[in-house]
Amino acid sequence: MRRWLELAGPVVLVVLTAAIASGLGSARKSEFENALIMVGIVVALYVFVGNSGVISFGHVSFVAAGAYLAGLVTLDPDTKNFTMPDLFGPLKHAQLGLVSSLALAAAVGAVYALVVGLPLMRLSGLPAGIATFAVLGITYNVLSYWSKIGPGVQTTTGVPEATVWEILVGVLIAIVAAYAYQRSRYGRMLRATREDPAAARASGISVYRQRLLSFALSGALAGLAGGLYVHELGLLTPDLFYLDLTFVTLAMLVFGGVGSLWGAVVGALAISALNSFLGDAENTVDVGFRLTLPNGTRLVTVGAVMALVLILKPSGLTGGRELGRWRRR
Amino acid sequence: MTLLASINWGQGIADAIQLGALYGLVAVGIGLVFGVLRLVNFAYGELITCGAYVLAYTYGWPRAASIVACLASVVALALAQELVAFRPLRRSGATPATMLVATFAVSFLLQAIYLLAFGSRGRAVSTLGTLNGAFTISGVDIRWIALVTVVTGILLLLGTAALLERTSAGLHIRAAAVDFRTARILGVRGNRVILLSFVVSGLLAGAVSVLYTVSNPFVAPDMGVQITIFALVGVVVGGLDRLWSAALGGFVVGLVYGLFSDVLTSTSSSYLPSVVYGLVILVLVLRPGGLFGSWRSQQVERV
Repeated sequence: MRRWLELAGPVVLVVLTAAIASGLGSARKSEFENALIMVGIVVALYVFVGNSGVISFGHVSFVAAGAYLAGLVTLDPDTKNFTMPDLFGPLKHAQLGLVSSLALAAAVGAVYALVVGLPLMRLSGLPAGIATFAVLGITYNVLSYWSKIGPGVQTTTGVPEATVWEILVGVLIAIVAAYAYQRSRYGRMLRATREDPAAARASGISVYRQRLLSFALSGALAGLAGGLYVHELGLLTPDLFYLDLTFVTLAMLVFGGVGSLWGAVVGALAISALNSFLGDAENTVDVGFRLTLPNGTRLVTVGAVMALVLILKPSGLTGGRELGRWRRR
Repeated sequence: MTLLASINWGQGIADAIQLGALYGLVAVGIGLVFGVLRLVNFAYGELITCGAYVLAYTYGWPRAASIVACLASVVALALAQELVAFRPLRRSGATPATMLVATFAVSFLLQAIYLLAFGSRGRAVSTLGTLNGAFTISGVDIRWIALVTVVTGILLLLGTAALLERTSAGLHIRAAAVDFRTARILGVRGNRVILLSFVVSGLLAGAVSVLYTVSNPFVAPDMGVQITIFALVGVVVGGLDRLWSAALGGFVVGLVYGLFSDVLTSTSSSYLPSVVYGLVILVLVLRPGGLFGSWRSQQVERV
């Protein structure tokens, strides 16, 4: 029963979110879709950070890689010819459907993470944090300037948009994959290295290999989420995939509780909800009385709430436990 | 050689040294708190931003008063960071990863506050603008600020070193940096040492605000982010275990960045951040303890 809840809880939550979204007008709907995609990114982040205990500031790179590839291969070739004449041949001429573009996004995320992880997974602690950050810096820099792989600093619009159900399916795939991984022997081995690296090594576990596997899987899921993101927004620009997204997704994960899939999903949805409520309040919202907040309050409040939750409950809302495991210590 | 812009070498080198000195100071500020708390403060750059805003808003005051106000408010903000955010977190037993994300949150929060209070357009800072004038040594134009920065930087580093080596408060900081728990057992007052290190690192941040805004006379809410990132890169590349290696790392990163951005033409300098980050990854993979860190292998993981 308990084991069943671990998967059912997150699934029910995102299905509910999608169901509510499908009945809403377009502005509201995109906020819910955005929340779903944040769940996808945070779950991807959780697969590595939650299970290994190593912090990564670089996951948004894989999100960006997935988003760029999925966006570029679905754009109309004529438009690309006109707006991005320098694009690499295959990128320029391709025009694929939604599903194959998402598969490509996941693949490029996995490959990118694997290549980056080969040297970086030997690091842990602060050097790992800084090195993954450096990867993010390089990705952002290259995406901003290299016109062969994208629009550069300009914004490209016209990426075909996905429906909320298509986004839901993508996010569900990420959740199921994360669940399957954490219950597999590889997931357990990685969690063992998180709890006690010396003991795990003594039991014959290669910390490096387990981390690399998890990093690549997490990169694939991040790429997939990036693909979904671009199909939700309909546009591409490098600023979407830099410090803000990195900070927000990490904060969501910590807010919900780094140690559990349930925490990742709850954190992503809770911060998204807070964010959109405050966004409304900046344009007057009716909460018994008419509330109007000055512009910019949203960011201050989100930052303050996150700092506050961290201070009061550093293990996050869920305490890093899965649903149905409240009382087990 | 289309890659190389024709430049005034003497001035280019002087500017690069100036940038190196600035990043060296920032690296020491970050390294000092890291030494005691094992905490990398991502919100350090926001201290520098705060100082720059104070300078911008006190323009018209006598210069000395404006600089004192800048230093005082930066130190106050540094203390506030510790007392309001980091100390309660330590009390509640947060893991290092949570602490790191918390400093991220503080940085984000402060930037949002700056944005709300001062707007996104930024403000001009011209407190010490006259220092941008140049003097000439054997045909090379050198701006006064380069000289002032380097001299101030050296003096501040020597001052910090003297504080750490010559005073009992410094001895307490060093003891806490080696082994915080043992130092407390032996009678070092933990919280007082931490506060002192925040005060010193705040003073350094204030000094950086004053010096930095001379050659970059413009403050915006996100001004501190880039500074923190580059100094942090320097700290890690240099090696976090000792202050002088952190300072040297910061200096080298600033120097390299300054030199490259002078030497390369604008098209090829677009990718300069990538080159610097790439070098960082290389250093970290080959020598996780930092370039100037100790040769012995990284700490053995304790059971």
